[in-house]
Amino acid sequence: MSSTVPVHPGLFTEDDPPRLLGGRCHACGHHHFPRHDICPYCASADTEGAELSGVGRLWAWTAVTHPPPGYRGETPYGFGVVELPEGLRIVTRLTEPDPGRLRADQPMHLVTDPLHTDEEGRRVVTYAFAPDETPSPGETLSPEETVSR
Amino acid sequence: MTGVEIAGIGLHPFGRFDGVTLTDMGASAVGHALAEAGVGRGGFQAAFCGTAYGGVATGHKVLGALGMTGMPIVDVEAGCASGAAALMLGSAAIRGGQYDTVLVFGVEKMPRGIIRSSFFDPWQEEAGYAATPAYFGLRAQRFMRTSGVTKDHLAAVVVKNRRHGVHNPDAMYRSEVAADAVLASRVVCEPLHLWMLCSPNEGAAAVVLRRGAPAAGGTGAGRVELAAAVLRSHLPGAVLSESTPMAGLTDDSLPTPTTLAADDAYEVAGLGPRDLDVVECQDTDAARELMSYEELGLCPPGGAAEMLEAGVSSIGGRLPVNPSGGLLSKGEPLGASALGQVVELVRQLRGEAGERQVHGARVGLAHTVGRGANAGVVVLRRS
Repeated sequence: MSSTVPVHPGLFTEDDPPRLLGGRCHACGHHHFPRHDICPYCASADTEGAELSGVGRLWAWTAVTHPPPGYRGETPYGFGVVELPEGLRIVTRLTEPDPGRLRADQPMHLVTDPLHTDEEGRRVVTYAFAPDETPSPGETLSPEETVSR
Repeated sequence: MTGVEIAGIGLHPFGRFDGVTLTDMGASAVGHALAEAGVGRGGFQAAFCGTAYGGVATGHKVLGALGMTGMPIVDVEAGCASGAAALMLGSAAIRGGQYDTVLVFGVEKMPRGIIRSSFFDPWQEEAGYAATPAYFGLRAQRFMRTSGVTKDHLAAVVVKNRRHGVHNPDAMYRSEVAADAVLASRVVCEPLHLWMLCSPNEGAAAVVLRRGAPAAGGTGAGRVELAAAVLRSHLPGAVLSESTPMAGLTDDSLPTPTTLAADDAYEVAGLGPRDLDVVECQDTDAARELMSYEELGLCPPGGAAEMLEAGVSSIGGRLPVNPSGGLLSKGEPLGASALGQVVELVRQLRGEAGERQVHGARVGLAHTVGRGANAGVVVLRRS
């Protein structure tokens, strides 16, 4: 059986479903991601690690159509920003590579997303957000149509 | 306060020049600027060189090729605003009394394709987070949702700038394009199509700065004064800032680095956006230009589409933006980009811009913003 390895340690748990590993600042109250010892928003060192919500709403989205430098996964892939209830916006891969099948404020949830198989035969995975449900054809909007409203 | 004037300008055209080295391009631009200023070997006391991809001692290589070393030579990296950062340091050294004459130049020979940046960690590249155009696309989508800007407006920016660029012999692209063709070019990252994105390329630009008479003292007609050269970075929190963080806050009230730099520059120069006659702004992508209208205060919040539609920002309008053709026509050699804008504005303020001349222009603003985040705003004034 092939093993699975995260693309980078300390970003997300390997539970099912996974959770993002961020932090919270006792001084300003803001959450952050990835985990920092120093709060990126107020510079306080009074922070602690915190698992972040695995659900959120879609705030912005696009798709990457050509492989960027150093990328080892498949194209196209979805890319966007998901807003978590903690008041944090996460830049993230999206499992949906067709921007026309996503809509603003759509409920999303965190999943692990396979990137590639490394030289040792291990599955390298990262985090991504997936739409809670696929909208029916009548509901789909292209980003352009969404923004022209 | 001590005045600083632009005593000479030089430019190597922006484009692709196989077989021409970074040093060749830099020496060409620097040579022109020094000759125009009447400055020879030993005639300047310091040099600042903007470059992001040039590598170790780029400025030394350029000045070494000209046989003009000995003074301090400092390479400056601030992403797309590297040239503005070099200008800020050079002009501050004159204002502070350290030097009388300073050479400021920028050079770049960009790799082809999507810009690879050491900014991103290896795992971010591996997982697809180094997709620079995707960040532009997300930012464009958010801007469109809040501003009333449509894809047709994005195409119209490209049409405008490419029309301006026809008359710029130093631009990479010198042909007009139709809006339909822009929208028919392939989607890179929705909502941005290929022709809405500038091309990374090669080029060099140089200016000679000289201590001038006090700004209010009348330095003679036709001289161009460097009224402000400001660099700012981002405040933490904005998720789609040019700082490309992995996360951000839901606070949308944070001023952008462009607004921070513009506000500082207006204060230093003692003027405001209403006093501007011509602007060169960062049009890395078509939406970026329209965002800049708002962030620089050229129009009220939400007014970018109207400003574009009304022809205000076209040559012949009240406040032409990117009469050079912008980065969409010239391409973007990072280190040379900001100083290329300054060269264009000096030509405009001197009345030497030929068929793309903005008639009667006396005050110009140049704006760059990019990775870091770094935002540069430069204000020039004809005395």
